Amino acid sequence: MDVVALSRLQFGLTAMYHFLFVPLTLGLSVLLAIMEGVYVTTGRPVWRDMVRFWGMLFGINFAMGVATGITMEFQFGTNWAYYAHYVGDIFGAPLAIEGLMAFFLEATFIGLFFFGWDRLSRVQHLLVTCLVALGTNLSALWILIANGWMQYPVGARFNLATMRMEVTDFSAVLLNPVAQAKFVHTVSAGYVTGAMFVMSISAWYLLRGRNRGLAVRSITVAASFGLAAALSVVVLGDESGYTVGQNQKMKIAAIEAMWRTEAAPASFTLIGLPDQATHVTHAAIRIPWVLGLIATRSLDGRVEGIEQLVSDATARIRSGMVAYAALLALRGTPHDAAAAAVFDAHVGDLGYALLLRRYTPNVTDATEAQIQAAAWDTVPPIAPLFWTFRIMVALGFYFIALFATVFWQASARRLERHRRLLRLMLWSLPLPWIAAELGWYVAEGGRQPWTIDGVLPTFLSASSVPATDVVLSLIGFVVFYSALAAVELYLMLRTIRRGPEGMALPPAASPAPIAALRPAE
Amino acid sequence: MPLYEIFRLLWWAILGVLLIGIAVMDGFDLGTAILLPLVGRSDTDRRILINTVGPVWEGNQVWLILGGGAIFAAFPPLYAVAFSGFYLAMLLLLCALILRPVGFKFRSKLPGARWRGAWDAALFVGGLVPALVFGVAFGNALQGVPFRFDAMLRMTWAGSLIGLFNPFALLCGLVSVAMIVMHGAAWLGCKTEGALRRRVRQAGAIAGAALIVLFIVGGIWATQIDFYLLGTFAGTAAPSNPLHKEVTRATGALLHNYGVVPWSMGAPLLALGGALVAVRLLRAGQRPGLAFAASSAAIAGVIATAGISLFPFMLPSSLDPASGLTLWDASSSLTTLIVMTIATGVFLPLILAYTAWVYHILRGPVTEDDIARDPHTAY
Repeated sequence: MDVVALSRLQFGLTAMYHFLFVPLTLGLSVLLAIMEGVYVTTGRPVWRDMVRFWGMLFGINFAMGVATGITMEFQFGTNWAYYAHYVGDIFGAPLAIEGLMAFFLEATFIGLFFFGWDRLSRVQHLLVTCLVALGTNLSALWILIANGWMQYPVGARFNLATMRMEVTDFSAVLLNPVAQAKFVHTVSAGYVTGAMFVMSISAWYLLRGRNRGLAVRSITVAASFGLAAALSVVVLGDESGYTVGQNQKMKIAAIEAMWRTEAAPASFTLIGLPDQATHVTHAAIRIPWVLGLIATRSLDGRVEGIEQLVSDATARIRSGMVAYAALLALRGTPHDAAAAAVFDAHVGDLGYALLLRRYTPNVTDATEAQIQAAAWDTVPPIAPLFWTFRIMVALGFYFIALFATVFWQASARRLERHRRLLRLMLWSLPLPWIAAELGWYVAEGGRQPWTIDGVLPTFLSASSVPATDVVLSLIGFVVFYSALAAVELYLMLRTIRRGPEGMALPPAASPAPIAALRPAE
Repeated sequence: MPLYEIFRLLWWAILGVLLIGIAVMDGFDLGTAILLPLVGRSDTDRRILINTVGPVWEGNQVWLILGGGAIFAAFPPLYAVAFSGFYLAMLLLLCALILRPVGFKFRSKLPGARWRGAWDAALFVGGLVPALVFGVAFGNALQGVPFRFDAMLRMTWAGSLIGLFNPFALLCGLVSVAMIVMHGAAWLGCKTEGALRRRVRQAGAIAGAALIVLFIVGGIWATQIDFYLLGTFAGTAAPSNPLHKEVTRATGALLHNYGVVPWSMGAPLLALGGALVAVRLLRAGQRPGLAFAASSAAIAGVIATAGISLFPFMLPSSLDPASGLTLWDASSSLTTLIVMTIATGVFLPLILAYTAWVYHILRGPVTEDDIARDPHTAY
């Protein structure tokens, strides 16, 4: 494997690993704030114990999130140096603002969350918990503004003098519609994860017949919060689909395995077996109209197919070659007004010309075959996208159904009679993580072959480091991260198994043993 | 003075402030981690040490994350070259930075001596490696590092991991470690009591003395080192492209700026003066707050000395001196610098305010009673 493939593998693995911790942090932080809000308003100690117990698990998870997040920041420089140079002018700012606005908030107050129980009043402590939750959610906002720009690079332009993209309209970067849709979708997915975590573990306690007071209350909070979040994640996932349809036509065509443009409104392929070589989806089950409705929000809007989009890409590559030729001319004679005019007219397609660098270093001398090959490179791998997307969506609907059922049963105080439902809650624990990881695969895998859609190809983005160094770091990450995962999982399970009793709260503040408490009925 | 020049200078200064912020804030918990096995004799000792930084290290580490983010946003080419050039060193640093959070969090979760001993070792390494690597990185920047750009500004690097650990760079690494240990001790001087505090003060005084000696040796050594002088270049407000300049190499050029602007000697003098005061106060065991302030001043002096010696370079190239990065040709666009200035101007005062509030809430030493009273929340 070359440096690019190795770097992609490393970035993908470390990002997916990092995102094991992020959604739980997002969701649990808000749930903790809700639970503590109930404690402060009702003054019932059981709610305080809930906050402390779930807070302990939150802490173990948070430490891993912080630790693995630094890796992500570093890798833009270590492994993607040309990317850092090429788009750092735009991409760096949201990351730095994320630190200023969000990381400081959550990281400064998380210490007080754990150590401030005896030093703060109830309301002050609640405020601290809310600030931690606010910080984690704001950090998601800024990182998704950065990621949204990779999907839909607005408000920036290539600068010939500096040989990089530079920001022209920062407010466009901030208000990027893709970023906004992604933010709501991702944060909701985090809430689903937090809710499922609390609900599944509480179900385990009920199955064991222990910690009833804590478990029943936790389930009620988690199921209602989870239901709202799951509805939001699916509805606003649709919103994501809408913006993808407008900005990333290739991604939606790939997700839907839509080889050729259909008459509007396009049908939706529910399942099938896409074959990238022959451009046919075998055994397809189609639902008329649905795709056109989702993607264009109209009956007559057209969803373009892959073959059509590749032919569009061919035209953009040719236009980009003109820009590239002008760029070379301007490097020799910087004040050539004619070349500058040509460059300005075609600079929007410069990224497409860069796709040719894989085939010919000079770009301008590309043959017809090379142009065709580069145009077909704009098609991401279809079958994995097609399937990951469908599994993710199916899971989204499953979450709505599960949370709704649990919410209904919990409201009717019948939870403990339904042991099968409790078991289902327990075994559903890993599903939100699976959905989230698949979602990231759709978002980032579907963006290939670009790091910045239409601007910078992935294969040009990597650093000029020896492949052996990347192999070394990749092995290091796999070994190191696996060991950490084992330790983290062990500590999590141990903490859960010991339960709230294992915390041995200071006697003065601790009420009667929780297991002996009965919910006030 | 053109606006672009002002903002570039401003961001050079902000970067300096952030680096000092990292060393002062994250520095004391790195130093505490290094001191852990050296002065913490019993498990209770070590838990006291860890709990002095327990509630605050997460916030401190954000200084480091912000430092990285600020370089990325304000000086993208510097970010690209430094992080990819120092690839393996950066990954070493990363391992240490990952070990530390989990070490703090996981150590106290199980009672076993082997479990805790292993995490103590991890925390020691997690404190020592960043301190050393940061110093070594500066030591390399002060000599120039082997990279060049092609016309598309793609960087190639001709160095190796072993090459980074050359004698002068190692000296700078030791300066950094001594500084961080002194600073950790100054922090612990405020937060511990009794016999533990005595051992901490001794260790801190030794580290401070070592810092003074090593820093002077570094200064004398610098007169013999080849460094770079910026000749004609595109201008202080020209678009950021590092390929439009002439650079010459000269022995002792690291000290060039101190001749041009004599008051810049204030930086090394602050480093020495601060360290001297910190050592005396640590030895005498008086005024721990002032000792911490003196130690922080010494850190500011050391980092300012490095910055001024490099100026206007940020990362000079030894392979192709004309490729070297200066603040005039490695910055973001003016728009980005302005946006970042607004964001920093709004949020940094807020951060300082709530950080101060948190330290105020957590004020006072950590005692054996604290550890015994709350065995599960405490680390």
